[in-house]
Amino acid sequence: MTIRTSPSRTTTPVSPQRTVSDALVVHPGAIVPGRVQPAAPLRREGPAKLTGEAKYADDLVFPGAWYGATIRSSDAHARFDGFDLDPAIDWSKVAVVTAADIPGDNVVSLISDDQPVLVPVGGEIQHHAEPLVLLAAADRETLRHARHAVTVRTTPLVAVFDPLASDHVFAHYEIASGDLQAGFNDADFVLEGEYRVGHQEQLYIENNAMIAVPREDGGVAVHGSLQCPFYIHKALMRALRLTGEQAQVVQAETGGGFGGKEEYPSIIALHAALLARRTGKPVRMIYDRHEDLAATTKRHPAIVTHRTGIKADGTLVAQDIEVVMDGGAYCTLTPVVLSRGAIHAGGPYRCPNVRIRARATRTNTPPNGAFRGFGAPQVEFAAEIQIGRLAEALGISPLEIRRRNLYRIGDETPTGQVLRESVAAEEVLERAAEAAEFEGVRAGTSKAGARRAGSGHVPGSPLRTSRDRSASGIGVALAWHGAGFTGSGEVKLASVASVELAGDGRVRILTGSTEMGQGTKTIFPQLVAAELGLAAGEVEIAPQDTAVVPDSGPTVASRTAMVVGGLLIQAARRLRAEVEARNGGAPFADVRARDAADHGPTRIDQQFEPYPHVHFDDDTYRGDAYPAFGWAACVATVDVDLDTGEVTVRDVVAADDVGRVIHPVLAEGQVEGGTLQAIGYATIEEIKLHDGRYLNDRLATYIIPTALDAPRIHAILVEAPFSGAPHGAKGIGELPMDVGAPAVVAAIHDAVGTWIHELPASPERILAALGATPRS
Amino acid sequence: MTSWRFTVNGDPVEVDAPGMRRLLDVLREELALTGTKEGCGEGECGACTVLVDGAPVDSCLVPVCQVDGARIATVEGLAASSPEGPVLDRLQQAFLEAGGAQCGICTPGMLMAARAYIDSGGGPDEAAIRTAIAGNLCRCTGYTKIVEAIAIAAGGGG
Repeated sequence: MTIRTSPSRTTTPVSPQRTVSDALVVHPGAIVPGRVQPAAPLRREGPAKLTGEAKYADDLVFPGAWYGATIRSSDAHARFDGFDLDPAIDWSKVAVVTAADIPGDNVVSLISDDQPVLVPVGGEIQHHAEPLVLLAAADRETLRHARHAVTVRTTPLVAVFDPLASDHVFAHYEIASGDLQAGFNDADFVLEGEYRVGHQEQLYIENNAMIAVPREDGGVAVHGSLQCPFYIHKALMRALRLTGEQAQVVQAETGGGFGGKEEYPSIIALHAALLARRTGKPVRMIYDRHEDLAATTKRHPAIVTHRTGIKADGTLVAQDIEVVMDGGAYCTLTPVVLSRGAIHAGGPYRCPNVRIRARATRTNTPPNGAFRGFGAPQVEFAAEIQIGRLAEALGISPLEIRRRNLYRIGDETPTGQVLRESVAAEEVLERAAEAAEFEGVRAGTSKAGARRAGSGHVPGSPLRTSRDRSASGIGVALAWHGAGFTGSGEVKLASVASVELAGDGRVRILTGSTEMGQGTKTIFPQLVAAELGLAAGEVEIAPQDTAVVPDSGPTVASRTAMVVGGLLIQAARRLRAEVEARNGGAPFADVRARDAADHGPTRIDQQFEPYPHVHFDDDTYRGDAYPAFGWAACVATVDVDLDTGEVTVRDVVAADDVGRVIHPVLAEGQVEGGTLQAIGYATIEEIKLHDGRYLNDRLATYIIPTALDAPRIHAILVEAPFSGAPHGAKGIGELPMDVGAPAVVAAIHDAVGTWIHELPASPERILAALGATPRS
Repeated sequence: MTSWRFTVNGDPVEVDAPGMRRLLDVLREELALTGTKEGCGEGECGACTVLVDGAPVDSCLVPVCQVDGARIATVEGLAASSPEGPVLDRLQQAFLEAGGAQCGICTPGMLMAARAYIDSGGGPDEAAIRTAIAGNLCRCTGYTKIVEAIAIAAGGGG
């Protein structure tokens, strides 16, 4: 392994300067000053959303539709012995569906085949709120009575709730580079730490919702709130034994996803489809908030331990990291979440000797799944607190320790990936620190801390004799986030995106990529229009209906702008070339109508081809884990109430390198929204469990930040383009989620002098930590 | 079944419904005004915010019997109609331009809370705006651009 330790460079401002650049020339490794569209289009579906015209799943009307409900387990682990229907109810008016009614495989098709659509009678219940029986009725009142008239019989089994104690391993990985023992021998100082993070709920404001409508061909069309139409399509085909044509999935307007509507909607669609098949009617399966919180996936809890060797000058020489994630009761996407977690576990830092061991185990709790960041926020929280503690131990600035170790061009990651281009760790760090005046503010908070410390401390109590009732602090965090699918994921997906010149001269985009607020429907026409010499408004976008659009892969992993956007640009270039070639080289915009009249419709299907020079070996876990990485830095300032332990996050500066900014307003929106989700993760969002059941399964008890809890967030967009994508974009959605929490916890440390090792940094945890380590 | 009379966006309506039926359901189902959304059903998220005699309320917590004779305003009443389609009002336009709507599900309730704030004389003051929308949860935006949009609309006199 080659280690290059280049000295700190002078930072070049790379944030968009709101100036216009006419051409995009991507030089590998170069940081290109921002080029922002002079007048980016307004959000395409914005007017519909602002007038109430936009139709979300629950807004759709299907005449004669029945209402569906799910009878769930109240055991964490048990044998499902059967169920009784109260004879006081007229059951001829209620459809009752069990596992025995599933025509195909009783499997929610995903990575593993372990999760049933419904637990069969005689089968094992693996978690609380697991679906057992489905009901449907023509009206809500009948359904409500029927729900309460079903009694489930079970025989409890021993449940496992501790992921460390579980012997059922969903996935495990080991990544190693260099010589770990030699690294520790070389270290001047070794620091150990254990960090824990709990569940986090995506909390899209629109609950999960799916409506199944029988088709005349014996199949079913489902309309719903979802991220990945083709995941559902595949699941329907398998469990209901349908052909690709008989299974149809249509996305309704979707009120937020954040990963929570990546894989979970499949099981809801299956339930609604089974009831529709039984009744011959459309069936509405609309979750209320309580059911959504109690039953659907959360971010994986994790326990991360670090042992780090470092030189006295602050150079990392050894990292030994163990990651354990709690997968919940079924596999869902856990192996992929864990994989991303393992690869990112060291943080964005060069270290010659690394061992990362990661495993995810099964517990009898509701399955955990996708949530913005996908394994990275958990491990990067741990890595960043560890690096902050190292800085403190060595007496160097938290900014300086990062400067000394952050990845630069030419560095090699633990999987052996050489970072050849598009590395902006230093730029995002310097931009955020500069905008937040990090060192200056920190000097002030240190002085105030010293003054408080000198004022004395009430023994055994967090109370101080100082008259200051609150303390301020500033913290910084740095992160990397692999762009697109991990490893060979994109190659296996082989996504297709299409651009069509219709017979009437209109241009239409066809992709399976979904809009859930991030701006897909705005940026795709922007990208295609630019290639074709049209205005964005002249490019239409086909509905996300599996009967109409190709499989462009799931709308996840911050891959939409980067991967699918790239395919669309390539498709548009081919379309333009083809049309112009047969029209004597006349501009596409001028001849498209005539061309369509003469030649009929022309459709270009563009399939993903591997990015050049990107190779990953899934067996050895060596190689290019991602085609490129995005880079993010966050500086947070907090006030901590010294009497109550309450934290107020006052200001946040977030600098994110997204490769290329396509639409500045939408991009800033991603950074701001992701940052606040990370602040919620850091401070208030927590799931409490009792015997495998979520205790706070209502919005009154699972709380997220309000406008009053939210700091002012200053987003800085940095561009270090990726040469493999025609437009240089690397993705943005997940980046801010990785840095917010460690920045807040570092700021709490700066304020009160104690490190919080477990999220959220609740008042209880802060007071306990203050009591344990009085600052005197 | 009792009959309830009130106005919605200026139009008089008469609804036959049990008195304890939620205003939210009456709007969405009896009146087919699905712009008002349900996010939690227990008054925590504000997605179902409408104005009753000018005051923002969670329509999931209001039984229809309580609005007999009242003036109800929903998101559908904000834009003016024209032959070319709806014309956004100043507040909606500010949301569109500033990026105050992402997934859009909190947007109708957020707009109504903002409308009430502006109508009651609220100006482009960040702390006051944040207080005015503190009962409306948004998970997409981090609120920054929503606050900006309301400030823009409030600054110009709404």
